[in-house]
Amino acid sequence: MNPEVTAGAVPAVAMRSITKRFPGVLANDSVDFEAREGEVHALLGENGAGKSTLASILTGLYRPDAGDIEIYGRRVEFHSPRDAMAAGVSMVHQHFRLAASLTVADNIVLGHQAAPWLRASPRTIESQVTDLARRYRMPVNPTARIWQLSVGEQQRVEILKSLYRGARILILDEPTSLLTPQEADDLFETLRRMTAEGRTIVFVSHKLEELMAVSDRVTVLRGGRVVGTVETKSTTPPQLARMMVGREVVFAQSKEAHRMEGGEVVLELRGISADGDLGIKAVNDVSLAIKAGEIVGIAGVSGNGQRELAEAISGARRRSAGDVIVDGRSLRNGDPEDAIARGIAHVPEDRLGTGVSPSLSVADNLILKSHRRAPIATRGILRRQRIAANAKQLMSRFSVSAPGPDTPTRLLSGGNVQKVVLARELSSRPRAIVAANPTRGLDVGATESVRELLIKAAAGGVGILLISEDLDEVLALADRIAVIYEGRIAGVVPRDEADVQRIGLMMAGAPA
Amino acid sequence: MRIQRRLTTPRWLVVAVPVASLIAAFAAAAIVLLIAGKDPGATYARLFDRAFIAPGAITSTLITATPLLFTGLAAAAAFRMRLWNIGGEGQLYLGAVGASGAGLFLRDQPPAVIIAGMVGGGLAAGAAWSSIPGVLKAYFKTNEIITSLMLNYVAGLLLTYLIFDSRSFWRELGTFSARAFPQGKQLPDAATWPTFDLGVAVIPFGFLLGLIAALGLWLFYRSTSFGFQARVLGDSPSAARYAGIKTRRVVVAMMALSGALAGVGGASEIGDFRHVLDPRGLQQAGFGYAGIVVAALARYNPFAVAVVAFLLGGLANAGYSLQGPDFPAGLVGVLQGMILFFALGGELLLRYRVSFRARLAAAPS
Repeated sequence: MNPEVTAGAVPAVAMRSITKRFPGVLANDSVDFEAREGEVHALLGENGAGKSTLASILTGLYRPDAGDIEIYGRRVEFHSPRDAMAAGVSMVHQHFRLAASLTVADNIVLGHQAAPWLRASPRTIESQVTDLARRYRMPVNPTARIWQLSVGEQQRVEILKSLYRGARILILDEPTSLLTPQEADDLFETLRRMTAEGRTIVFVSHKLEELMAVSDRVTVLRGGRVVGTVETKSTTPPQLARMMVGREVVFAQSKEAHRMEGGEVVLELRGISADGDLGIKAVNDVSLAIKAGEIVGIAGVSGNGQRELAEAISGARRRSAGDVIVDGRSLRNGDPEDAIARGIAHVPEDRLGTGVSPSLSVADNLILKSHRRAPIATRGILRRQRIAANAKQLMSRFSVSAPGPDTPTRLLSGGNVQKVVLARELSSRPRAIVAANPTRGLDVGATESVRELLIKAAAGGVGILLISEDLDEVLALADRIAVIYEGRIAGVVPRDEADVQRIGLMMAGAPA
Repeated sequence: MRIQRRLTTPRWLVVAVPVASLIAAFAAAAIVLLIAGKDPGATYARLFDRAFIAPGAITSTLITATPLLFTGLAAAAAFRMRLWNIGGEGQLYLGAVGASGAGLFLRDQPPAVIIAGMVGGGLAAGAAWSSIPGVLKAYFKTNEIITSLMLNYVAGLLLTYLIFDSRSFWRELGTFSARAFPQGKQLPDAATWPTFDLGVAVIPFGFLLGLIAALGLWLFYRSTSFGFQARVLGDSPSAARYAGIKTRRVVVAMMALSGALAGVGGASEIGDFRHVLDPRGLQQAGFGYAGIVVAALARYNPFAVAVVAFLLGGLANAGYSLQGPDFPAGLVGVLQGMILFFALGGELLLRYRVSFRARLAAAPS
């Protein structure tokens, strides 16, 4: 790079009149986008607005049908992510591209070294990785294997991978959708260090608050077109929201907090413990009682036993101790069928892999749990008309937007997949719902409707255990907030006494 | 040229690709024939004549196609849910052992009882054999590809043992020549499976049974709760556990079902054709492995399995009857290999879209 070229003179990224068409959709319609050297430039838009397509074009994953790209003023044509990497452009995808069984260091050098048989010694790579991690404040153990890491840590590995390869322009696709507020703050700190060195960040997101916190400028996309580019300093979240959805948005729907005096306990956790995938205790002696109509939130930093707790309740994971009691009777250990039959609905964290069977149709996924019982099946034979009628009814009641009930579920957007899950779970008339990160990765509209559905269910007398790494969500919806830290409940506070500072400290393991 | 992943596969392509694979395979084999100095046109004409046109050809083709139909269904049933049962070959042997054992044991019963016993014996023996890798996979997480494949060799050795290396129930010990040259006991005439004369062709009972099994398998996956569970488990094991599906039970049951189908294939080979447990003949035929090819070409659709089994059965049948100095002995094998090769290549077209387009030369600014 020419050192005389200062920020602002020649943009780090300039994309002009980018058009990209997919069968049936115009994903990018003559999009102009510019990012200056050393800035955090946010790319804002709802799901399907064309953000990811634009980002993928910039990283060489897709080639535009028309338009051109300049990097530091030089016209480029990327045929693959490798070309983009050579020009210093790298992307951290929402779904990580890491080899789960390899170590952090292996993943970072994977595919990068020119001659893999002349590998630098693992120790050298590990110390390089440690140095890099320290420089950008992203603590990670280079010898750990990817599957052992939390999502937050995996994301650090992805970012380190890009930095290790000398990325000057880094694209982050919804980077905070998997992080807690603290982790997100750490990430922002890292990003600031990177921009201070003259690197450019393109930050793809639909979360307004964080864009306001981290970005210098925002480009808003809607329906594949650019609505406008604004300086973050001179805009407000409502203005951005208007640009993004093209209408006024009602913010942060929240539930009236109730103090549940009396009231019938529908779901009781009595001293439950469970081991994680590595055989180490992940849930440690958790006791909680959830009453009908109550939403109990579990706040905590990712990887503190939330997933294991949800699975221990729903039966997907065996408990090493303790009981889950529904209506006074305890659930059979490690038996999801029993939990389902007793009215425990579960909205799992991994919605596309676990919450639905991705290649099966929407109609089939709507009977995922009721396929063995009447009216869906009689004597082991599926009743196809009833399946179709069930699909038709639930799709309209929960406004699932899909080409039809026979569409493979994996082709639906994240929000619609979650609606399929909720439609199935709520229509089973549950006593209690265990919802794990139900709005993670969803856009504003979908988040709104998912939260509304949960609030409505609670109003109908269902007890809800809302396990969420999004503290704002817990604060908006829960009547009581329990904080989980290293598998233990660090404390429980009613929402009207909740104090973000104190909850934040408990999440970080400080004594309450 | 650009290759892009397809989100959905058009229906016509699902049919067009296997058909095109067949044509391409014949074209490629024609080149081989030309190099060998044969006239491809005449060779193919004879092949088709013997497979489908000559008097009695259809019946012989159906008899050859029947075990292929069953092993094809066996593979399709398992592969459809990503359970890789490669053990159709051994399960077919065991089916033949079970069916011939039942046929010999029930020799004094009325024909209906004997035949029912043979079908049941083949089914049970095949299912029992495939349950071994099924249980190992479900409870000990072993790889079913390896265990089911290895059991094929065990099954082959078992066949040899029963006839050549032991004085078993299956071995003929009554005559002097049979003691010198080991062979299986001939089944009673009443154990010969019936045929149905439709005028145009005589349909063997086994093939009919295979068509019923194909319909049954289709209905199983489409319309039963258990088939639904198998579909979910094949697509996403974690979704299956989440939905409360007893995944181990489904794995064992599906392996057993797959083995049962292959086992009935072995029974049909005894009842329709051999009427004796013949280790060499069974092992040379290789119906179990060919069934994997059939299932792959049929894209695991039971009805397509029937069609493909009929076509490949015709090829194999013509190959047997034409073998001689004036007919290239390896041709059928070459053709089968070519068909599989092109069919697997054609997979690319099903999953990806290939488009040709001139690269834009200059920047349109």
